[in-house]
Formats: sequence, structure tokens, C-alpha cells
Amino acid sequence: MTNLTHLSMSEALAGLKAKDFTALELTNAYIAAVEAARPLNAFITETPDIALEQAKASDARYAAGTNLPLDGMPLGIKDLFCTKGVLTTAASHILDGFKPEYESTITENLFRDGAVMLGKLNLDEFAMGSANITSYYGPVLNPWTGKDPAGADRKLVPGGSSGGSAASVSGRFAIAATGTDTGGSIRQPASFTGIVGLKPTYGRCSRWGTIAFASSLDQAGPMTRTVRDAALMLQSMAGFDPKDSTSVDMKVPDLLAAMTGDIRGLRVGIPKEYRVDGMPVEIERVWSQGIEWLKAAGATPVEVSLPHTKYALATYYVVAPAECSSNLARYDGVRFGLRVEGKDLAEMYENTRGEGFGKEVRRRILIGTYVLSAGYYDAYYLKAQKVRARIAEDFTKAFEQCDILLTPTAPSTAFAIGEKQDDPIAMYLNDVFTVPASLAGLPGMSVPAGLASDGLPLGLQLIGRPFDEETLLRVADVIEKAAGPQPLPPYCR
Amino acid sequence: MQRQGVVVSLQPSMTSNPLALCPESGHEKPLVFPLSQSAETMAYRIQGETGEWEVVIGLEVHAQVISNAKLFSGAATAFGAAPNSQVSFVDAGFPGMLPVINEFCVQQAIKTGLGLKAQINLRSVFDRKNYFYADLPSGYQISQFKQPIVGEGTIILDLADGATREVGIERLHLEMDAGKSLHDQHPSKTYVDLNRAGVALMEIVSKPDMRSPEEAVAYVRKLRTIVRYLGTCDGNMDEGSMRCDINVSVRRPGGPLGTRTETKNVNSMRFMHAAIEYEAQRQIELIEEGGVVVQETRLWDTAKGVTRSMRSKEEAHDYRYFPDPDLLPLVIEQELVDQIKASLPELPDDKKARFMEQYKLPSYDAGVLVAEKARGDFYEEVARGRDPKVAANFVIGDLLGALNKTGKDITESPISAADLGGLIDLIADNTISGRLAKDVFALMLETGKSAAVIVDEKGLRQVTDTGAIDAVIAQVMDANPDKVAEYRSGKDKLFGFFVGQVMKASQGKANPALVNEILAVKLKG
Repeated sequence: MTNLTHLSMSEALAGLKAKDFTALELTNAYIAAVEAARPLNAFITETPDIALEQAKASDARYAAGTNLPLDGMPLGIKDLFCTKGVLTTAASHILDGFKPEYESTITENLFRDGAVMLGKLNLDEFAMGSANITSYYGPVLNPWTGKDPAGADRKLVPGGSSGGSAASVSGRFAIAATGTDTGGSIRQPASFTGIVGLKPTYGRCSRWGTIAFASSLDQAGPMTRTVRDAALMLQSMAGFDPKDSTSVDMKVPDLLAAMTGDIRGLRVGIPKEYRVDGMPVEIERVWSQGIEWLKAAGATPVEVSLPHTKYALATYYVVAPAECSSNLARYDGVRFGLRVEGKDLAEMYENTRGEGFGKEVRRRILIGTYVLSAGYYDAYYLKAQKVRARIAEDFTKAFEQCDILLTPTAPSTAFAIGEKQDDPIAMYLNDVFTVPASLAGLPGMSVPAGLASDGLPLGLQLIGRPFDEETLLRVADVIEKAAGPQPLPPYCR
Repeated sequence: MQRQGVVVSLQPSMTSNPLALCPESGHEKPLVFPLSQSAETMAYRIQGETGEWEVVIGLEVHAQVISNAKLFSGAATAFGAAPNSQVSFVDAGFPGMLPVINEFCVQQAIKTGLGLKAQINLRSVFDRKNYFYADLPSGYQISQFKQPIVGEGTIILDLADGATREVGIERLHLEMDAGKSLHDQHPSKTYVDLNRAGVALMEIVSKPDMRSPEEAVAYVRKLRTIVRYLGTCDGNMDEGSMRCDINVSVRRPGGPLGTRTETKNVNSMRFMHAAIEYEAQRQIELIEEGGVVVQETRLWDTAKGVTRSMRSKEEAHDYRYFPDPDLLPLVIEQELVDQIKASLPELPDDKKARFMEQYKLPSYDAGVLVAEKARGDFYEEVARGRDPKVAANFVIGDLLGALNKTGKDITESPISAADLGGLIDLIADNTISGRLAKDVFALMLETGKSAAVIVDEKGLRQVTDTGAIDAVIAQVMDANPDKVAEYRSGKDKLFGFFVGQVMKASQGKANPALVNEILAVKLKG
């Protein structure tokens, strides 16, 4: 039998329907893969017992012919989604022992459609980071490894914050995974690990039960091995949720049907401002390659301008910390998670939060508190909101001239563990291409576009009109086909 | 040393009689004095060492919205439930929980805004007010800061001196309440009850338009009347469903505004009155001794009857308000506002005007009757098809007076409106006399029985049988032959004596008019 864990979700679903193998067999194969992958540190909590239960139920449905859209698909769940009765940590010490009594809407939707949960995936603490090195549970390793000039193996980061999700899908120990994206947390790790990552339009997926980082930016999405799998999984995840006031009451279209392969006449915008100074030649090359692929498929490249792009990162690093400083106030040691006692309430707060939050989280809380404080609000937060509106306007104008935007996903391939670690600004630059679409609430997607000269994967980013995930998937599908089969990461070879 | 300040006021002091506060304006329409033109003789002034001072008061009233569920969660809101029994994960600030606006609370706020003749803002924004406290689970209170749901409005005060006065409403906004910290349950620990956390409040902010403790009390009283009429807040200060923060400053009469302080934790009208007097006095002393008033938050100490500083400037909160990204701006359709407007009940000012018009009641009586919606309803039921003045006299003079003595309100009246009407009917059809009616009323109050039952049980039915009255008169005349002779010789004054004797002999049941009529004939001889 072929290696079950190397099947895409669509292939595995077909195999189950054809009774080539059972959901239990598939799940068992994954449970073994998860155990074997422990050195990569991608899971914070493994839930094999739950997975086996769910797989048996799936098999019963397949036997009865009542199988569901994702029946028997062993998924990894980013540990930012609350899962009922299962430890949920946000990769933070401050949530020690927290087992929610409720199920996030996203996981609820996936389980409703028959998905199986392998466990809870590692991430940057509270999804704050671009390398998955801020987790209280330790860094995640990329299944892709590099070579240093001396020829020795270099351990690489998987990107972040959805590092565990990216590693598990890329390393073939989860068939797909949920991610969340605030400024690039799905797309950048997808690019670093050679997988597909889709951040839907803000409001497409419910945020209910997902631990908040920056409420006006956070959006859940699928991380998969193929574009088709992303469509399948988003179909289950998305939809209006009355429990989230920012979720949009709009029917989710048939996403698979959108993948017609026909992009003739489509205008593909190439934002000139994304050609940043000092951009590696490799990135430039992959981008040009992408343009060529789309041209060959009958699309028309159009140069467009997004003039406020250069302010996006600064804007993001005001808005996101501001919201996080408030969102994370609830972790106070009073009702759940870690409590470090003190002589009075204030000292208990200080001890708990000082010990419970890691350095990057504390940094962002401090930045956020500062930009919202009296006397600085107008200069930082209010100004950032105004610039954010300008950035969104840039996109609106660009979409008058084109139907979709094509850009690189990240300014580099995966870097080594330890690199950029002492320089938060260098780390923040990872999100330079992904943050603008986040600020504008637009759907964005990273599709593997082959390997760079260093042998590491690189992704191309597509940015669509609001709620036009269909065009995103249609174009992504064309790129995926043009790029051809992607090599397995060294970890799987 | 507490220096003597002389309070000069021409207004009657506060009494416990609720009727004393109702105005007698003598006008069909409320008469409104612009504050700047208020007559000098009516002004409330405090005499300091260096001259007269004027007090400037603005109020922030937190009114708990009547609703089954909380502002942003489905948890129940009933008062007095077991601690932490009405708490959702949203209220407790659990990870991943999101607020969803309770539309009914929004409607209640709109309704209140309309009742205050205020501007309804079709677009408003919820903000987060950030601070740490154990009874604030999420670390922020969701409130409305820059763009409240209700803008400027007005409220008409009914003052004890008979005048009415307009006070401006600055704004009304919706916000969630915090939980309760219980410091008295354990020697070293504080317990937290989150039942109240997330309950909807309307913060109603007045303009600094009040100039005396009486006006401030009248403002809260009127506000309470209005929200009770609307059914948007039960107005129970003792249960904390209406709480008041008082902004007080002092200035030379008509001079520039002074620095204000905000006094919190004032939970009764009596304490409000006392807190304002104390705080004004304190500020005057401070200024006159060469000090300056610091803008600060103070706390009313109920036990000591003083206000004291709550926190120093260093400890002052920076609330870091910003729009709540979990909630979209609140957009209301004008149609909804129109619907609510069309469904508004008759409000106290309108009802008062109608009572004066329809029942020809004096302003004072009308004011007393509309002060509570239940009173007005009760009165109208009593007055229906009866003499409205007689009905007003019984409701105000007899019933409210009696209820006030026992601290009850009209909804707890042992006499129903129908029964009080029945009593008035018995007078109207001569079954009992007006004098006997007072006795019957007292028995009704005591027993809760109807007038007819009491009259029958006690045999109090008025005697209108002339034969029976003839017999009693004959009996009285026979017993007093000397008085009859004196009367007949011209001592007319004795007529009253005979009436009294006849009434006494009939145990008060004889119809007084008939007694007079027959007696006059018989005595003539």
C-alpha cells in the first residue's frame, strides 16, 4: 500500500470512499507519524484517543454511506483554537492547565464535517511571532533543512506564528491543519515549508472560541498540501456565526467549483511598491516566474500602485499591539491558568503576568499600552487607523484595474533557528508582504512556487477582492499546476 | 474644626413626605425658568467667611437596564440570585469569548433617550475602557466614549417651591456593569461575584445645570419617574439599579466655574443631599483658606457622612479608551426609532398636563398623581365615571397619606382602586355619609374588605327612611322638652344640638340632609 500520510486530503477522501483503506487505518498511520515527528516539536498536546474515537465514527458513516465532507481527515489544530476538554495553551505559560468547556466555532465546524483531531499544534506565544520561536513549549523545527557553508545541516524555523501547523502539514504528520493569520501567520509559514496557506477575508470565518491576538485582524484559515484541499477545508471552516459580531452573514460559495482552471482575460495586478530595495534575486525570480505562468494561462499582468505600502508594517505594529494589550488583560491569574501569588492583588497581577507571558508578548503589550495611553493615542493609534484606511483605499483603487494581485509571500526563505532572534525589527520585516492585505481585511493565499537556489521552498502570494476567495483559489490552482509537483522536505525523504 | 456655614434657602427643607415635593405651579404647561434668570430670592447660596458661594452640580446616573439578558451575553440578570449563578463565559472573560450586542438593551436605551427628549444617534461606537480589577474579568469595560447612542436632551424638574426648571442632558450611553467584590466574606480574601458583570447600564450624564442639593434630588427623582414610566430601569437605588456620581464645584454667584470633584458611591437621595452639602462646604473652606480644589474622584463615606479622596493623581487610571474591535459600530435604522417613539407610553409631564385638563385638577394634585405611573393609573381607575376631585382627594389625602405612614407604595395598597371607587359610589348614592366614609375607609385599610361589605357587616347603611328618622327625632325631642322650649322661644343656635343628638341616636347612620329637613319642621311645632 502507498504511504497513507503522503496522500492529499482529496486523495485520502477518494480512498476512503473507494474503501481502499479505513479512516482508522489512516488515523493510525498519522498517529504513528505524529509520534515519529516529536523531535520537530510541532505538537503541544497529542490527542490520539480522541482521534481514534473520531476515526471509528467516520468508518461507521462510510459504512452507512452517510459520510461527511471531511470524514476521517486527521487534522492538526493550532493551539489557539479552544477545544472542549482538551488543554488549550496559546503556547503560553499563562494558560497552564486551561481546558475550555467550549469548542471554537472553527473546530466545531470541522468536527461537524467529520474531521479527526490529532492534537494541538505549537505556535508562537499568543500567535505573536514569525518564526515559532516564542512558544513557551519551545521552538518548532521546519521539516526543511538547509546546509551551512561548511555543508553541515542547518536547523530552520518553520515561520510563524502557525509554525506547528506548517511543519505538520509539510512533514506529512497531519493531512492538513488549521492556522490563524493576523499579519501573515498562515501565509509566511506556508511559504517557509512549501505548503498552501489561505487567509480568508476578515469576517469569513468565525473568531468565536479562538484565542484573540488582534481582534480586527485575526482570521482563521486552512493550511494544506494542495489548493484543492484548501478549498475543501475552507468550505467547512467558513460561514456566518451569530456569536461573532464581525463574522459576515454571507453564503459561502461552492469553492471547489471555482477552480475551473480558466483564467483567460483575468487581470493580474503586480504592485510596484512590493519590489522592495535589497530584495533577494531569488524572490524576484520566483515572482517573475509566477507572472509568466499566469500569462501563459491567458491572464494579463497589470502594474498597479499601492502607494501606502511602506507604512503598512509600522501601522500594523501599532494596531496589533494596541488590541493585544487589551485582549490579553484577561490573563490575570484570577479565574483560570497560571497564578503566581503576591501580597496583594496588584502584586499577584504583576507576578502572574510577569512570569506567565514571554518576552515578545510582554514587548507587544507594552507597545500597545503605550500607543493607547493618554497623550499618545492621537499620534499613534489614531494615526495608524487613518493610515490603515488609506492602505485599504489603495487596494480598492488597485482592484479597479485588476482582478487579483500577485506578490511574493515573504522576503526570504526559511532562516535558521537563532537568526534574527535578537532584532525584533528584522523579525517584523518577515511580514512586509503579508501585512498590507491583513490591514485591509482582504483574502490572501500563499502557493508553493518551487525551490530557491538554497534548496528551500518559496511561495507566491495572491491577494483578492473582499470575499472573492473563489478567484484566489482559481488562480492558485493554475499556479500550482504550472509549478508542478513539489519535492518532499528532507524530513520525509 | 468644622466651620459654620450658613445655608440660605427659601425652599422648604426636605421632608419624608413624598407629597411635599410635588409642585404647585399654577400653570397649565410647566413653567421653565432659564437658570441664568432665576430669581435672586430663590437661589440657594452658601455663606462663607468671604461672602456668598454658589454650588454647581452635574450628575452621572448609572441606570441598570431592565432586560432579561445581559448587554453582551445571554446570561440572566435577576437581582438576588446565588453568587456566580448568572455568569456566561463571555461575562467571565474567558479566552476566545466574544460580545454580541443585546438588541433589546439597545431599544431600551433608545426608549430612554426619547423619554428624555434627546437626540438619538443612528451611529454609535462601543469602546473599551481598560483597567485591571478582580471584578472586571476581561480587564476592560465595554462602554461608549466618543460616540454615545443618545445625545443632548432635557429633563424638567418639579421643584418644591412650585417652580419647574429645565436641566440639560449631555448624553446617555450604554455600557456593561462590572462584577462585585465582596470584602466581608473572609478575613484576608476578597470574593468576587460576577452575576452583575455584563449587565447593561445606561450612563445618563446631565449638564452642570443644578444649583442646589434640592435640585439634584429633584433631578434624580424625575429621572427615576421617567425611566419607571418607560419600563427601562426599575430605579431601585437600594438594590443598586440606580447609582449616582455627583460632580460638584463652587463659584461666586454667576462667576466662572470652579474646579469640580466627582463623588462616587452615593446610593440614596438622602445621601446625595448630604454629600453635596458636605462637598460644597469642604471646597469653600479649602478655597477660603487659600487652597485649591483638586479635580479628583472622591468617595462618599456613608458611615461618617463625609467625602474622601479615592485615589491620588499617581494612581489615577489611564483608561486607554479605543473602539472595541469585537463589535461593529452600532447602526440604528430611523424606522426603529420611529417605531419606539410611536410605542412610548404617556410620560409624566404630558400626563400631568392631561390630568389638569381632563380632570380639572390643580397642578399640585396632578403632580402628586403622576409622580409614579402606578399612582396615575390607580387614580384614573378610581376617577373613571366618578367625581374626579373627590377621587383625587381620597387617593392623595387619604390613601397616599396612609400608605406613606406605613412606608408602602401604591402597588402595595391594601385597598384596590375598584374598592376605593366603590366607597365613593356609596357616598354618591347616599348609602353612607361623607363622615362615615372616613370610618369605612379606615376599616378598608385595616381589613382589605370592600366598602359595601364593611357597610353591611357593621350596619352602617345610611338611614333615609323618613319614618325611622321621624321616630328618632320624636325620641330626642321627648327627652329634651326644655331644649325644645328654649329653641321655640328663639334660641336658634340649639338646632345644631338637636342634629347632633339625632345623629348620635341613629349611630351616625341617619342621612344628615333628611335630619336637617325634618328636624326644622318638627321643631317649629
